[in-house]
Amino acid sequence: MNWLIAVLQTTLFVALAPLLAGWVKCCKCRLQNRKAPSIFQPYRDLLKLTYKQPVVSEQASWVFIKAPYIIFSATVLAATVVPLIAVDLPTSASADVIVMVGFFAFARFFLALAGLDIGTAFGGMGSSREMTISSLAEPAMLMAIFTLTMTASTTNLSFAISHVLNEGLVLRPSFVFALAALVLVAIAETGRIPVDNPATHLELTMIHEAMILEYSGRHLALIEWASQLKLMLYGVLIANIFLPWGIAESFGVQALGYGLLAIMGKLAVLAVFLAIAETLVAKMRLFRVQEYLSFAYLLGLLGMLSHIILEAAR
Amino acid sequence: MILVSAYCAVLLSFASGLLGLMMNQRRYILELSRYWFKKFPSTNEHYQSAIAGSLEEKHYPVFLRQAVFVLLGLSGVFAVLAGLSVLIGKEVVTDQLSLGLPWLPWHVRFDCLSGFFFLIVGIATAAVSLYGPGYVNSYDESQHPFAVLGLFTGLFVAGMLLVLLADDAFFFMIAWELMSVASYFLVAFQHENSANRRAAFIYLLMAEVGALAIILGFGVLAGFADGFTFDALRGAKLSTTWASIAFMLALLGFGMKAGIVPVHVWLPEAHPVAPSHISALMSGVMLKVALYGLIRFCFDLLGDVHWQWGVVLLILGTVSALGGILYAMMQTNLKRLLAYSSVENIGIIFMVLGLSMIFMSNGHPQLAALGLLAALFHAFNHALFKNLLFLGAGIIHHQTHQLNIDMMGGLIKKMPKTSVLFLIGCMSISSLPLFNGFVSEWLAFQTALQVDVLDNGVLRSLIPVAAAALALTAALAAACFVKVFGLIFLGLPRSHHCEKAHEVQDAGMLAGPMLLAGLCFLFGIFPGLIISLINNVAGQLLGETLPNDAALGWLWLAPVSAKQASYAPPLVLIGAMIAGCVSFWYLRRNPATALRRSDTWDCGFGGLTHRMQYSSSAFTMPFRRIFAKVWIIDEQIDKDMQGAMNQDVAAVHYQLQIQDHSWPRLYEPIARGVNNTAKLVGRIQTGNIRVYLGYSFVTLIIMLWVISQ
Repeated sequence: MNWLIAVLQTTLFVALAPLLAGWVKCCKCRLQNRKAPSIFQPYRDLLKLTYKQPVVSEQASWVFIKAPYIIFSATVLAATVVPLIAVDLPTSASADVIVMVGFFAFARFFLALAGLDIGTAFGGMGSSREMTISSLAEPAMLMAIFTLTMTASTTNLSFAISHVLNEGLVLRPSFVFALAALVLVAIAETGRIPVDNPATHLELTMIHEAMILEYSGRHLALIEWASQLKLMLYGVLIANIFLPWGIAESFGVQALGYGLLAIMGKLAVLAVFLAIAETLVAKMRLFRVQEYLSFAYLLGLLGMLSHIILEAAR
Repeated sequence: MILVSAYCAVLLSFASGLLGLMMNQRRYILELSRYWFKKFPSTNEHYQSAIAGSLEEKHYPVFLRQAVFVLLGLSGVFAVLAGLSVLIGKEVVTDQLSLGLPWLPWHVRFDCLSGFFFLIVGIATAAVSLYGPGYVNSYDESQHPFAVLGLFTGLFVAGMLLVLLADDAFFFMIAWELMSVASYFLVAFQHENSANRRAAFIYLLMAEVGALAIILGFGVLAGFADGFTFDALRGAKLSTTWASIAFMLALLGFGMKAGIVPVHVWLPEAHPVAPSHISALMSGVMLKVALYGLIRFCFDLLGDVHWQWGVVLLILGTVSALGGILYAMMQTNLKRLLAYSSVENIGIIFMVLGLSMIFMSNGHPQLAALGLLAALFHAFNHALFKNLLFLGAGIIHHQTHQLNIDMMGGLIKKMPKTSVLFLIGCMSISSLPLFNGFVSEWLAFQTALQVDVLDNGVLRSLIPVAAAALALTAALAAACFVKVFGLIFLGLPRSHHCEKAHEVQDAGMLAGPMLLAGLCFLFGIFPGLIISLINNVAGQLLGETLPNDAALGWLWLAPVSAKQASYAPPLVLIGAMIAGCVSFWYLRRNPATALRRSDTWDCGFGGLTHRMQYSSSAFTMPFRRIFAKVWIIDEQIDKDMQGAMNQDVAAVHYQLQIQDHSWPRLYEPIARGVNNTAKLVGRIQTGNIRVYLGYSFVTLIIMLWVISQ
């Protein structure tokens, strides 16, 4: 039964990810005085891509062809770890939050290799930049996560969220810092403005798009879907760690239903904030990203220190 | 029984070395066999012809090489057997060998810690001996005689095994020197290049300085004990100051061998110039033997560890890990890159070892056991994947005659098997889930996150920062090995040699790396197998095992408690397969969407060439800019101008040189100091015999005066 709900939750994750992307795009269009596409447009795009015949370069090796499946699977696995509508699911125990970061690294490793596989300048450029940004983002992210895991004294996400739920609404300075750090990292890791622009194909600014320039058809669909999933994953992480209220603690239909409604509401609000931020802020130069990410790291460190100095029970 | 197989391993490696010497003695062996057949004509005809055939001039070298490596491989198998049986039985076996000086017998002790490192040496040796015969046949016998290589390889392995067996300071140092000196000759094997001679000299110099520090360390201990056996040293009662002095000496000595920053400089010099299977042994195993020495010295002989030592190890380890990987990233020579990456991994091991010391001295032996376990497991994993990568580098060098990764590319199509093996190595070392490197890194994080139990506020804030540095190291390692694999195997070939390269023909050369890659995957999915063995080491050494012993199954990994953290790699593997298969099946079922191959997108300009790809220095350029202070960067861009006003650029020359800070900051001042002192001393050396006689006379007088007092 528990496993069934875990599978259901993962399926929900995968199924809802394009909806979130569509909603963000829709909000952004409204804010920029443009006519918005339907929020279901990402589904139509994905479906269209799966019906197309993929064109692959003659130079491509198996790495290029298999990479989309690997990237998608790794991202789905990361999604099994994060509690979406209910806590205490068995999948959270089989892999903790450090493993989740590992899954992201796995996907990124193959994405970067796929970028290098064809042997064009674009691919190499994207891979190099992606690895740079992610290697700066990873410590910042782990710093924020360690703050949480040390408060809850577990790296199991499900237990950590239960811990926050049971403690009730306590204002912890460390959580405020960690939240800020995690938001900054999430923006960098999901390739949003101001770090990367998901809508651009301008060579000087591309990061994520440069690596996947050669992909088409179902391969492109998988990679797009994986990056939508990643956006949703970070959204759920932020929403459920710092504001876990509403998540189901039992496996009744009613509780699960409320859990689903709660998380959809939280994500919808988060997406509006993301759209506002993306509209207000301009993209920054590549070599300012390091300052941005070291700021995130610093926030994470401050969160950790304030936990150790102010909150630890001694 | 256990000792017998351990001795067998040592003797077989000696025997393989000695057999190597037979390379040039074919004539005598031929005569001997003729004499033998004459004396015992009844011997089976079949054998006779087989032996005669193998002694023919054409077959003899091939046969002998095989035989040497078979003996070496058997030695490895026996080492694995000995290690496993002592680890499973949790035994301690002691013995005395009446070798050496008559009143100083060699004491032998074989416990779980030695057994665990026996396992590492054994696996690595077995893999190398599978790989060796194919690799060494590319050497020209007249220029690089196999006898030398075979002899010193055997002695080197025997030396490492003896270090692990030693139970008194004398025996330990003899074995240690055997290991160092034998490996010196291996580094200097291709001595016709001056760079190799220089590397070998630096290596020997640092090995000897390190050995001196170790001897002094033992000396400090022995000053408070009655004897040089480890039992006596264990009983020594040292004041904190003396214990710390002994610790610092041991750290210097063993750290020099292990390659900790800033005494790591011999590694990137020596590893690239040694034959690949030797660099695999040196990097994968010898560094671990140094680690064994440090663990034996600190946890076993000194006994009472202090948390300040742990902090020293933690800081040195963090610096080494970050420095090692940042330097590795900038290298273009593949083996040099791997050598720097060894510095990084040793740094990680030192970090976790430091955590273990901190927990131990703060009265949390179970968490100390967790730290020790993470350190030992990472040492084991590093031995596997670094060996794999060095052997892979050897194959690439063997097939393309290149070590410069900027001249490679596209090898995945020419060498498909090698590329898969190398990819597994790269994924393990980048600590990606499903592979063994990830598990030990996960354990390291779990150890660091237990910091809440400590009372000291400084430690409590220092350790999470170190953990974040570990995260940075892991991410940089992933970037570095994306670069390595991407530039070597993917893209278009960047040189003629790579275009014409083909898969290696020798089955053994693939079997060795295959064994290691298989183990990397096996222990990534079932880490419980090896962790329960290492738990016994911790039990014997620290007297405590993991907090959550019961949970050590094949499926779950929950070192502290299931509530705190758990990881089930087999379930993750199943999940990954389900996700991968479903997406693959769903998307591939429509035949109308079969793949179509076409030209690469060239923006409509046409004429994509291999020179348009990202090179190593291009790939790492953002890192170079962000972490600019870490290296000494010498970047030169020269433009050839032409045209009417000399305004058109005809050609651009780009030169990039990256140097290690430790040379100008640490070694050159030392070298200058030594030179200046030598000059001062040189003043009294006039070269005049009368003055020297005068010195002797004065010395004599002073001595007499001292004695008569």
